[in-house]
Amino acid sequence: MKFLSLIFGNLRRKKLRTALTVLSIIVAFVLFGYLGAIRAAFLAGIDVAGADRLITRNKVSLINLMPMAHLAEIERVEGVDMAAHNTWFGGIYQEPSNFFAQIVVEPEALLELFPEYVVSEEDQRRWLATRTGVLIGRGLAERFEWSVGDKVPIMNPLWSQQGGDPNWVFDVAAIYDGAEQGVDTSQMFIRFDFFDEARSGGQGLVGWYTVRIDDPDRAAEVAVAIDQVFANSPDETKTEPEGAFIQGFANQMGNIGFIITSIVGAVFFTILLVAGNTMAYSVRERINELAVLKAVGFTDGGVLGLVLGESLVITVIGGGIGLALAWLMVSAGDPTGGALPVFFIPLRDLLLGVLLIFVLAFIAGIFPARMAQRLQVADALRR
Amino acid sequence: MSETAMAENPQPEDDLLVDVRGVDKVFKRGSETVHVLGGLDLQIPRGEFLALMGPSGSGKSTLLNLVGGLDRPTEGSITVGGQRIDKLSDRKLAGWRANHVGLVFQFYNLMPVLSARRNVELPLLLTKLSAKERRKRAELALEIVGLSHRLGHYPRQMSGGEQQRTGIARAIVTDPTLLLCDEPTGDLDRKSGDEILDLLQALNREQGKTIIMVTHDQLAADRATRTLHLDKGRLVTGMQGQGTG
Ligand SMILES: Nc1ncnc2c1ncn2[C@@H]1O[C@H](COP(=O)(O)OP(=O)(O)O)[C@@H](O)[C@H]1O
Ligand SMILES: [Mg+2]
Repeated sequence: MKFLSLIFGNLRRKKLRTALTVLSIIVAFVLFGYLGAIRAAFLAGIDVAGADRLITRNKVSLINLMPMAHLAEIERVEGVDMAAHNTWFGGIYQEPSNFFAQIVVEPEALLELFPEYVVSEEDQRRWLATRTGVLIGRGLAERFEWSVGDKVPIMNPLWSQQGGDPNWVFDVAAIYDGAEQGVDTSQMFIRFDFFDEARSGGQGLVGWYTVRIDDPDRAAEVAVAIDQVFANSPDETKTEPEGAFIQGFANQMGNIGFIITSIVGAVFFTILLVAGNTMAYSVRERINELAVLKAVGFTDGGVLGLVLGESLVITVIGGGIGLALAWLMVSAGDPTGGALPVFFIPLRDLLLGVLLIFVLAFIAGIFPARMAQRLQVADALRR
Repeated sequence: MSETAMAENPQPEDDLLVDVRGVDKVFKRGSETVHVLGGLDLQIPRGEFLALMGPSGSGKSTLLNLVGGLDRPTEGSITVGGQRIDKLSDRKLAGWRANHVGLVFQFYNLMPVLSARRNVELPLLLTKLSAKERRKRAELALEIVGLSHRLGHYPRQMSGGEQQRTGIARAIVTDPTLLLCDEPTGDLDRKSGDEILDLLQALNREQGKTIIMVTHDQLAADRATRTLHLDKGRLVTGMQGQGTG
């Protein structure tokens, strides 16, 4: 601590240079944090995906429907605890840009299979009692300022009602909260009994199955067993763990994770050059002063530490402010105004950011610091 | 301190502070080698104020650096206060410098980013002293050199003489046995230079500091208790200073 005045003194020597370096580090860390939140939004659900849940879909593609009759057969497979079907509704609320997921489900099964959706007893009862009722996530409710009792009109080009009317009206019956950060609360769940009866066609067909298994360690085995049941039938299936299913879904939009990691990587490489350059100059400019430090008794290792300390102070200030700003910006809300299922900087990214602060300090500082360490006092004093 | 100490005056062993024996110093620059010091012997008793004169390039700074543990001899031994410093590891040598040597440079070599007080405090950062104690000692050292009114000033806000006095305060703050000054007045006008010499003389007489001072200036050398001349890496014996006291 007592060496801080020396470190800060050196950073004040070239105020503009230090400020610009710190500023570029801030920018890098803001990008890091913000893009981290965006990546998390695209990969939402993978982290919180139940390890004991599999998804069974039509082998041909995600949009091909399957008979509801598969349900009983899936539940008969050894290792399967229970299963439920889901169907993509895909309607539009007012305009397409208001996109959010609408999924048709069996209410009791949904509540049983997804303990991460927290619904009050009262709301559960209301939803089970309202055929046109929907369960919506807290995020979705806040986005459109909906509350229990509101009527929500949805136009659906895929599924029309009997008689061809594409306009549906649902009643908000219940609201769920996420049991943890990262749970997608941007969805709407519609009751299957109402939907199946009201739709103009496709009765008895559903989109995919959520399957709960007894032992997560046997997931691969059970998945194969399920698919074997329907092998060579007109509706062959493909079963995979829920996390992998969501990943595959996200990858349809391009490998977002890879793109973001690449951007952040490039930014950090640039910042490394900036910070390294600053440190190199900072040492080269004061060979003589470093020699004086050694002359009065600082050890070679001490001088090495001092230069690394300087590098660390720069990155801690820049990185700290950057991460804090990213946090504030992310807290201020999702840039799409609510279309992202979740929007927060995952704890893992924050920890990674802190680690990056130290890595950056080390790489930017180590070469100048080694140079300072190796200075021969008598020699350097002559310069 | 009364009269001059003669070079040939043998001192009792325990009063010998610096003992340089058979020292060679050779610098290698690529294929070229420079023999700077050859077979040099030098004994300095405790409490002496030694002036080291000689033409430029004769090896004065090199000798000072060797005695101060800033560099190592190619041949020979250097013993200071009973300690063979040429045998110490780099790390131990740094610690030894911190405890036993005060250095005063021609161009002061203060840290431009630190105030006078912080500059003087610098060597104390290596000690276990508390912040309060460090501050007190730095202020005391600055008081000794007459700069109590300049504690918060930065080097660029001070005259050359004041900067050199700050340099001396930094050199004495750890209360070292040995003070090594390389042309301490070389960059100063006569008046400031005289003040610096008064100060060094007082430190020698009143606090018993052993001082080795390299100088080009005969008037400066006259303040010392003994003067030695270095020429082409060899000591030319027998010239004696005249303490002005
Ligand atoms: N680190 C070094 N590398 C090469 N030559 C050096 C080095 N240090 C000193 N010298 C040479 O040693 C000689 C004596 O230098 P120095 O001790 O500084 O002389 P003085 O202080 O008496 O002017 C000079 O010729 C100088 O060039
Ligand atoms: Mg010299």
